[in-house]
This record gives sequence, structure tokens and C-alpha cells, in this order.
Amino acid sequence: MTKVNTKLDRRSFLRVSALASGGMMLSFSWLAGCKPTPEEELGLPKEWFELNSYIKIGENGAVTLYSPNPEFGSNVKTSMPMILAEELDTDWKNVWVEQADFYPERFDRQFTGGSQGIRQGWTPLRTAGATARAMLVAAAAQSWNVPANEITTSAGILEHKASGKKAHYGEMASLAATLEIPEEVELKDISDFKIIGHSKRNVDGQKIVSGKPLFAIDHKVEGMKYAAIVHPPAFGMRLKSFDKNSVMGMPGIQDVFSINVFKDDYVQNFFDTTTFPEIVAIVGNSTWEVMQAKKNLVAEWEKAPETKFKMAGFGGNSMDVTVPSGLENTSSHKSRMAEFIKNPGTVVRKDGDPEGMFKKAAKVIERTYSAPFLAHNTMEPMNCFADVKGNKAVIYGPTQAPEFIMGTLSSSLGIPRENIQINLARMGGGFGRRAYSHHMVEAALISQKIQAPVKMVYTREDDLSAGVYRPTYSATYRAALDENNNLLALHVKAGGIPESPLHANRFPAGALDHYLAESWDIPSNITIGAFRAPRSNFIAGAEQSFLDELAEEMEKDPIDFRLELLKRAETDPVGTNNDYDPKRYAGVLQLVKEKSNWNQAQSNVHRGVSAYFCHNSYVAEVVDTVIKDNKPVVESVYAAVDCGIVINPDSAANMGEGAIVDGIGNAFFGELAFNNGAPTKTNFDTYRMIRQKEAPKKIEVHFVESTENPTGLGEPLFPPVFAALANSLYKATGKRYYEQPFAPQLEMGNLRM
Amino acid sequence: MAQFNLNINGKTQQVDVDPSTPLLWVLRDHLDLVGTKFGCGIAQCGACTIHLNGTAVRSCQLPVSATEGAQITTIEGLSENGDHPVQQAWMEHDVPQCGYCQAGQIMTAAALLQQNPNPSDEEIENAMNGNICRCGTYLRIKAAVKTAAQKL
Repeated sequence: MTKVNTKLDRRSFLRVSALASGGMMLSFSWLAGCKPTPEEELGLPKEWFELNSYIKIGENGAVTLYSPNPEFGSNVKTSMPMILAEELDTDWKNVWVEQADFYPERFDRQFTGGSQGIRQGWTPLRTAGATARAMLVAAAAQSWNVPANEITTSAGILEHKASGKKAHYGEMASLAATLEIPEEVELKDISDFKIIGHSKRNVDGQKIVSGKPLFAIDHKVEGMKYAAIVHPPAFGMRLKSFDKNSVMGMPGIQDVFSINVFKDDYVQNFFDTTTFPEIVAIVGNSTWEVMQAKKNLVAEWEKAPETKFKMAGFGGNSMDVTVPSGLENTSSHKSRMAEFIKNPGTVVRKDGDPEGMFKKAAKVIERTYSAPFLAHNTMEPMNCFADVKGNKAVIYGPTQAPEFIMGTLSSSLGIPRENIQINLARMGGGFGRRAYSHHMVEAALISQKIQAPVKMVYTREDDLSAGVYRPTYSATYRAALDENNNLLALHVKAGGIPESPLHANRFPAGALDHYLAESWDIPSNITIGAFRAPRSNFIAGAEQSFLDELAEEMEKDPIDFRLELLKRAETDPVGTNNDYDPKRYAGVLQLVKEKSNWNQAQSNVHRGVSAYFCHNSYVAEVVDTVIKDNKPVVESVYAAVDCGIVINPDSAANMGEGAIVDGIGNAFFGELAFNNGAPTKTNFDTYRMIRQKEAPKKIEVHFVESTENPTGLGEPLFPPVFAALANSLYKATGKRYYEQPFAPQLEMGNLRM
Repeated sequence: MAQFNLNINGKTQQVDVDPSTPLLWVLRDHLDLVGTKFGCGIAQCGACTIHLNGTAVRSCQLPVSATEGAQITTIEGLSENGDHPVQQAWMEHDVPQCGYCQAGQIMTAAALLQQNPNPSDEEIENAMNGNICRCGTYLRIKAAVKTAAQKL
């Protein structure tokens, strides 16, 4: 058993983890939350006894567990309570799960993103469960007058074998709730887990399949109004004026006004990304009526000047942000990127003497890869419910990051934080998009203006053209080979609009004596944000496609070639900042080799492999493609994953399957282009999404058996599939695919897509 | 504005709306049947799928005026207790991730199986191709349709 301090371990753990994730950390005062003040009462029936912020136990032994993190489909609402239930040692059958609202005083890190929910929740949730269990044991010891260490628990039952005394948790809950919180508690041995590692179905499954209201867009209260928004038609434009009379008088229309998301003196934070700070809001009696009015609104737009503002960054720093003026085009993006590819970039890592090696190389291979902007396209468009009256606000909306919008809401509404309640809705998809929650501020400002509850809904066109996209990227890889085809040096130069995708200290850095990594970026007024595995979602595809081509040039099996490099990184690493574990990396390649029967390939099945490390997890994937009726068909995908302990295996496999489908879809079809600042695609008739017919026929997700603490899962299966697919398509068609999306090039090669 | 008598999930419901209002918004805003979802508004994603006289249709492009006299079934009315074989199969395969598109997927699948109780893989793919799942649960959807076919 591991003993953990209920206070200090938690704090230090969170500090360390937050740095590793690259994300931000929320303030934490969990113990304060264990003694709720009357204002903090969650309004549950009196027969429930709260043992801590996460756990309530009823007199009958039923258990309510609060899932702290917002749910966007990664199933944390099931897996986080599984961790609590395991350490509480209760029976999963008797567990009810509820979504916690946003309570920074009670819960730490109510943030869904960066594949960090389970990783960073692991110790806090185990500690919360174990603490509640220890308090129940202490209550039983007191009631029965026996030593606590003689009491055992199992499936929600306390037992003292020597005296034959037995009670269910409910019988001790009222006493336990009055006891002191122990300073130290014991965690279970991993080998004793009964819930973790055993698949549990989605706790909201029944509600989802029967159409119950679960999403913010489903919310309705008495007297609620409906709102639509109109934003400028292009990046680089802003509102000049609008004619209120163009829509007033239309059926059901109550009001039309413009709103400004930010107050002038407000210092934006990293997640405040907003393309159009000033928009027009139309309020009425129904969604259809405000959407009709939207089409009729007469507004004038003008070119926006360059803007500069301060933005709060990580660790209390602030940075100056400049948003350039101008109406941008994809064609000019491409020509500017072509210039940057030729010019030197900023050196971000250099090992040995790469320039010298390239000079004496017998052969140099150079390849450039690129990918366009992508829209997240969550199935549930941006929307939010808000009820702002006087000095109080209730906001119910889809957000991955309530903490990062709370300050914005407070500033924009002029209402103190303590008077604003953010309730967390299940999200119809997130993928990073809902880490940026200006839609909540928009709804709140509309409600404040009309002093009535309102539900604001974006149309698909609003959603797709409002920015916060995955950036467009490019990466140029060069390899120096000697006359015997030995790899002498590797050079990567990567950049994008407006950020570089490079992770300079990741593989193959550390495996090569001579390595050079350079970065560049081009400013833009097209807003970007986190998109499932930011940066990795491009650079993995470029790197792993290049390694495939290199292996072929060196006449090596692509898996063996990677394993050789990883062996070098393990036994004699170059440099000290390599942020991956070569052994675990090799482990997933070996597992995928075995599970895909890599060495027994069938004729007519074209295989590609790829492996990548991100979000603290290791993934290798093999894609099998066949050509059927002149059409590339992805037959099978095999994935091997090392994400430490897997909480909920079937659900984890589901997440992996989804990430693979997502990657294949974006590799084939994902593309957003711009013409005079305006996105050229604004709905699913032109923005092609992967559909049932294009999904792989089979996906196998295999997890490495592990006793390591859990790491990321929502993102890591996504980045490697781009290259596994490209490498497989190369085998199928004899052509390499350097530019995403692949479908147009396949069609040029006379294949149907 | 005009009055319409609609037969929804076996009950007659009266609404007073503009005749051009799509059935989707009548269901969601006026009748509080929010299981039917808004995804694209142009019949491209299938999130708003309902049954009109037993056939799967996109309610976002269906004016309320065209639905009078028809039998309308929404996800809420597919079964009394959420236990239609398709819903059960969805649970068995733990299909949903975010869950937003799944009502539309289930309605399309239920209509398919009504018309073709033993669809081939290709027939399932064709029937389900109009329903986008952004989370990529397509394989589980297909497996659940097959399981439901065996139970029906």
C-alpha cells in the first residue's frame, strides 16, 4: 500500500504535473471544500452525507460521486468516478454519478484538455476516495469500539471479523461526516483493483440513446428568449454599422444590438481567443425566428486596423499581441510559407555538427510536408444559456475551461466572480475548440442587456467561420547519408501560420549524433487554438512519413529502422532534454508489430506504420489499405498504446478508434481555405467530413499492460495515423503524399474518393 | 403564424408557428422535444433525423406545414422506456462518445432495420452514410446495427 498525505502530496503533485502538461493550473483548496458553507450547499436531499467534495453517501448505502471535469466525449464522467469508487471500495452498481458544477474552491483543475484529466486527476481522485473510506472505517471503529486497523471494507460493506460486526457505508455515513479528515491515508495496491481496469458503460448512455436533455443547447427555462449572432464576414473585418430597422418588425423579433466581448481595460488570457470582439445580437421568441432575422440584417463592415493588446500568459507573465490588418488568402499564405521554407529559421536544437555532415554527405534527401487550416466542427455548434439579472449571473454552457472564462465574464459583465455561477453542460464535442469560451460571454452580455434568460445558438455557418482553427503548417526534413547509406545527420525546419508545429526535443532527437531543428512562424489575423494534439497533429505525420522514406532509401524495414534509432536513444542518448522514454516508445512498436502480424503481410494489402509520443503516452499504428473498384479503402488499423494503467478499457478503445477515424478523415479530406479573409467553406456540403463509408472496416486498439500511472489518451492516437495512412497509400499507389488533404491528389491519380 | 395539428409519438399536438418553420425547431423550441438535434441546418449531417410515416427524414429541412397528417416519431417516441432493440444495441456496444449525433444515428438505423431487417455491411454503410459522427464512432455504430438486426 502507498501512503499519501491528503494535503501536501496533492499540492506538490499538481504543481509538477501542470508544468509537464504545458497547460495552466487552477487554484486548489480541496480541504476547505470539505466543509461546505451554507452558500456552497449543492441542494441535495438531507439523507445524503457529504464526506468530501466528490463523495456523498446516503443512509441506504447509495453513493453519489461528482465528476469534476467537463465532459466532451472522452468519458471522464464515467472514468473519473471509477477511480473514486475504487479507493472508496464501493460497489459500482450502487454508484450514481453527477456532473459537478464549476466550483474552484472545491475541485482542482476543472479543465478538459491536453489529455490531462485522468493523468492529473489520478492521485487527487484516489486520495479523495481513500479519505472517505478511512473516515467510514474510523466511524465504524468508534461505533463498535474496535481498532480501525481491524476493520476491512469490500463493495461498500464495513466488517470487523473478530466481533462479527458488519455495516454498509450508509449506516456509518452520518457519523463519518462529522469526523476529522485524516492527515494521511493508504491507497490500494494496484493488484487489488476491482473497478479500475474493468470496463464500465457510459453513465449517461441511457440518457443519450433515449434523447434526454443533456446539452446546453437543450436547456430551457420559463420566459427564456432566443438569440442569434451576426459576425463580420471575413477575418480582418469589423462591424461599422447596422440597421436595426432591417429586422425589427419581423415575426418574433424583440431586439437587435451590438455587444463587445471585452471591456477596454481587460487583460485577455491565453484562452480568450476571440476573432470578432464586436458582433450583432438578435433576440426573439424562437430559434427559427432569430435565424430568419439574421438573413435580413443589413450591416456594414469595414477593414479592421492592426490591433495590439496585452495577454496574460503562463506563470504570471504577460505578452504583447499584435493582430495584423488585411484580408488574407490561401494562395498568398502558400507563397509566404514557400519563402520561409527557403530561409534560415530560429535554431531550437542543435546536436553535433549537422552542417558539416551535410557537406560531406554522399546523398541528401529533402522532403517538404504541409497541411491546411482545419475547423474543429463540433457537432453541437457553439451555444450558451445565460441568465443575468442585476448583480447575479447563471451561465450554463459547453466549455472545456470554465476557470479561463470566469475572469472574462466577471470583467465584461461588471459582476464579481462570486456572483457568477458557471454550470457545466455535457458538450457535443470539444476537440480543443471549447477551451475558448467567448460564446459564454456573448450569451451573458445578451442576457444582461435584456435582463432575461436567453439561449444563444450559432448556426453551423457562424461556427465554421468564427475562427480558432488548427493552424496551417509546413515541415522540411533533410537527411544526410554516407556512401554506405548510413544516416549521418537529420535536419528539420518547420513553421506555420501563425505558429510552428515543432517539438524539437522529441524523437528522433536524442537518437542522432548530428541533429538540427529550426522553427519559423508567420503572423496572421486568422485566429487559431488547440485542436486535438496541437502541433503533434501535423509534425507526427511529417516526421513519420519522412522516416518511412528514409528507411526505404536505407533498405531497412520501417519498424526495425525506428527500433534501431530508439535503441541508440536508450543506450547512448544524445543530449539531455529528450522528452520521451525510448524503451516505452520501442514497446509500442514491438506490440503493433506482433498484433498486426507485420511480418506476414498479405498480397494486395498495403501497409504503413507510424509511431509517436505525445501527451505523455506512446502509440504505434499500422494502417492496411486495399484498392477496391479503383478506390483506396482502409481495411484495418492496428494500434498499440502505452498510456500506463487503463481505467476503463472498452471506453478507452472507443476513444482510440475515434481518434483514428478522425485522423483518417482529416488526412483525406480536412481543409479550410481563405479568400479575401473569408473561409471558402462554411457548412458540411463543402467542408468534407469523414463518413461511415470511409471509416476503416476494422480497428484494433491494444494497450500495453502497465502499472505506471495513467497518462493521456484522448489525443495520442490521433497524430500518428496521418503518416501510417500516407505510408500505406504509398505502398498502394507508388506515390508519396506530402500535402494534406490527400483525397484531391488521389483523385488526380484517377482514384475515386 | 398558423395552427398545425401534429401527430407526434402517437399524440396530437397543436402548435401556432410560421408555416415555413422547420419541424426541427417546432420540436425543440415549441414542444420541448430536444432529443432531435441541430447540426447543420442543410440536411447534411443527420443529427436532426426523425421518422415521417416510418421513413428517416431530416427535420431541419422539413417545413412544419408539410407534416400535418403524417405520423411523426422522434427519438423520445422510438420506444416507451428507451429500450428499442436499436437503443439496447447502442448501450451494449457503448457507442456514444460526446453523444450529440447519436439520436439521429439511432433513428436512421431504426428506419433501416424496419425496411431491411437483415442488411449487409454495404447496405448499413449506405444507409448510415448521411449521419456524421464527429467523434468517429462509426465502427461501433455498424456493430450495433448488426446486433439490433439479430434481436429484431
